[in-house]
Amino acid sequence: MPTKAEKDALTGTELRDHEWDGIQELDTPLPKWWLYVFWAAVLWSAIYFVLYPSVPGISGYFKGVLGWSSRTQIEETLAEARKGQAKYLDRIRTTSLEDIRRDRALLTFAIAGGKASFAQNCLPCHGPGAVGRKGGYPSLADDAWLWGGTLAAIHKTLEVGIRAGTEDTRTNTMPTFGGPDGPLKPAQIDDVAEFVLSLTKRSTDAEAVTRGAKIYADQCAACHGKAGEGNQELGAPTLNDQIWLYGGNKTAIVAQITKPTMGVMPNWGGRLDAETLKMLTLYVHSLGGGK
Amino acid sequence: MDANEPMHKADVDLTPAPAASPPGTVRADPEPPKRGLYASRVQVYPKKVTGRYRRLKWIALIALLTVYYVLPWVRWDRGPGAPDQAVLVDLAHERAYFFFIEIWAQEVYYLTGVLILAAVGLFLVTSLAGRIWCGYACPQTVWTDLFMWVERLIEGDRNKRIMLDRGPTTTKKVTKKVSKHAAWIAIAFLTGGAWIMYFIDAPTVVAEFFTGRSSVEVYFFVGLFTATTYLLAGWAREQVCTYMCPWPRFQSAMLDEDTLVVTYQKWRGEPRSPLHKGDDLSQRGHCVDCHQCVNVCPTGIDIRDGIQLECIGCGLCADACDTVMDKLNLPRGLIGFDTERRQEQRAKGRPLTYRLIRPRTILYAMLMVGVAGIMLFALLTRSSESLTVLHDRTLFVQLSDGSIRNGYTVRVLNKERQDRRFSLTVAEVEGAQLRVVGSDGDPAPAATLTGKPDGVSSYQVYVRVPRAALKGAETPIRFVLVDSVTGARTERNASFKGPAR
Repeated sequence: MPTKAEKDALTGTELRDHEWDGIQELDTPLPKWWLYVFWAAVLWSAIYFVLYPSVPGISGYFKGVLGWSSRTQIEETLAEARKGQAKYLDRIRTTSLEDIRRDRALLTFAIAGGKASFAQNCLPCHGPGAVGRKGGYPSLADDAWLWGGTLAAIHKTLEVGIRAGTEDTRTNTMPTFGGPDGPLKPAQIDDVAEFVLSLTKRSTDAEAVTRGAKIYADQCAACHGKAGEGNQELGAPTLNDQIWLYGGNKTAIVAQITKPTMGVMPNWGGRLDAETLKMLTLYVHSLGGGK
Repeated sequence: MDANEPMHKADVDLTPAPAASPPGTVRADPEPPKRGLYASRVQVYPKKVTGRYRRLKWIALIALLTVYYVLPWVRWDRGPGAPDQAVLVDLAHERAYFFFIEIWAQEVYYLTGVLILAAVGLFLVTSLAGRIWCGYACPQTVWTDLFMWVERLIEGDRNKRIMLDRGPTTTKKVTKKVSKHAAWIAIAFLTGGAWIMYFIDAPTVVAEFFTGRSSVEVYFFVGLFTATTYLLAGWAREQVCTYMCPWPRFQSAMLDEDTLVVTYQKWRGEPRSPLHKGDDLSQRGHCVDCHQCVNVCPTGIDIRDGIQLECIGCGLCADACDTVMDKLNLPRGLIGFDTERRQEQRAKGRPLTYRLIRPRTILYAMLMVGVAGIMLFALLTRSSESLTVLHDRTLFVQLSDGSIRNGYTVRVLNKERQDRRFSLTVAEVEGAQLRVVGSDGDPAPAATLTGKPDGVSSYQVYVRVPRAALKGAETPIRFVLVDSVTGARTERNASFKGPAR
């Protein structure tokens, strides 16, 4: 039921029949150029349809006259990024670890590259930020090292692994002291554990410590050192600090003497290229514990 | 119209009329539209005019265009390695320079402050004197004015231009049209070229531009701004103000009965009629219907219809009318800047009042002073270095001696153009030791950092604290950065994580 077209008294322009609280809108015609701009925009979109991927089909889509695709663009960007990285990677390959560490720009690149590679290869065991995981995956961010925390030592460990089953791998064995065939009786193991606790001033049984000290000197000191200082040449852990790979309370220490758990780290030499190994070394070294 | 009618009509409109009609019937429109949906443009041929508002417009035009074209060439020495252009927005290096002020990308809020100031200033000026921004200072007006001046030089005044456009295509017409558009494009090119100089060092960009060494972007933007200037000032003109610009649409919110606007003294001018011999002007309206006010209007409106959307408040109609009034020995001001209240008072013969100080002008002025004060304070108290501290994602690491270590990314921002050495310490916790990755040496109570000139230096810093000094899972600490030479001090609060007690 359209209403009769009214005219505005002042301007003589027709009024729209909508009304809000007595306010009505003038039905002013749009300028023609506005319409032309609209058609120009439509034409512009039609050109886009021809030039760029546009119309979807059943088993594909119209790819456009220019052949542009976002996938190709990403590949080009990545190729360019790899080209940009190449000169750094070349320098890392030919520069010694110590020299890279002194070159701030190269070090920054190496740490960033090492961090990316760490996330792909090492993070499942050593955890985000390399703070380690419970159950024998050591923290690489602290200042305690089983096989040494210098650049050279870290690089070697990365390259050959630990108990990796290869010829040149780093390896050692903590003997099984308990059980029916073991050299120590449970009471003796208990005494040794008390002695180990005393190295960090946590023992509560002075007599057991005295007894354990003798057994420790005979059985353990060769590897772990007279005062429990450890031996990185052999990969023997330090026993007089606050870092415990398998737990530091008495139960955990007794268990580790009775039937030790020993971890495995893969040898990354051969799996990762030389510059990645170097970047990983520098990254791990930069985590705060590097010597 | 009856007061109840709108409600009633709205009710009728809401009834579902189409559903009620029987299926299959086509509903005929009883009143087909009588006119087109789109209106052709009415070409405006503004006539030359002289007078005080025209003189003001020339002064504003010359002053503003001089600033625009000359400012990029003003030099300002900032020392070696820094651009010596007084006003420069260096997008590539994320710096903006305004004489002695240097703004970094993260300080772009100063620009926000300037924009707020400009907006409130516009509100204040509009509430006082109407759309004088539109009439005198808006780039659209200034360039349109310049283009119209060129047009008048080449094609002549209003009548000649109308005759030329209506006349047949002759060699003379083509020559005039071609030279006009060539002149317009030349001015537009200078405008677009000057614009790019605010973003790239002016002498450099000129030398590079004409030897073909500029980047594609530079040629594109010079071309773009040449095209927009040519189209908007040459062709679109008043269409920009009437249809594209939002400002005319909400200006009415700022106008009140005490705002100076261009008005026509209806009480004095009406009844209008052309002047005949023997007319006694004291016995009739003073408007002689000479149409001079319409002929000079750059937007082609009749101001005698009252204040309207298209009026840009330039006052050229007042100049035209004053000229006519002078010839007739009548008082000036039949058309002029006046307030609605004063016009009413004039009409009724009451004493004239003008209220400059009104709630809205007080509010706008106070807002301006407030924003300007905040900006000035921020500008005067900003330091030439800053410190940001970001905690590593790793919460904490326990070390072999039992102490706890946290890692932080420390960024030192140095706005000066020379290397600066800083000493970084940690306050509010006992026995903190710092070590910077990449530097040799053991952890120490203070670390030395270098702030590279005019840039941000990022460091990975490890802080170790004896466990006894910690207050549980989270201990508040404060990083203190002290300039080794000047002793300038910057602090940043941070948190030190540790094992829960």
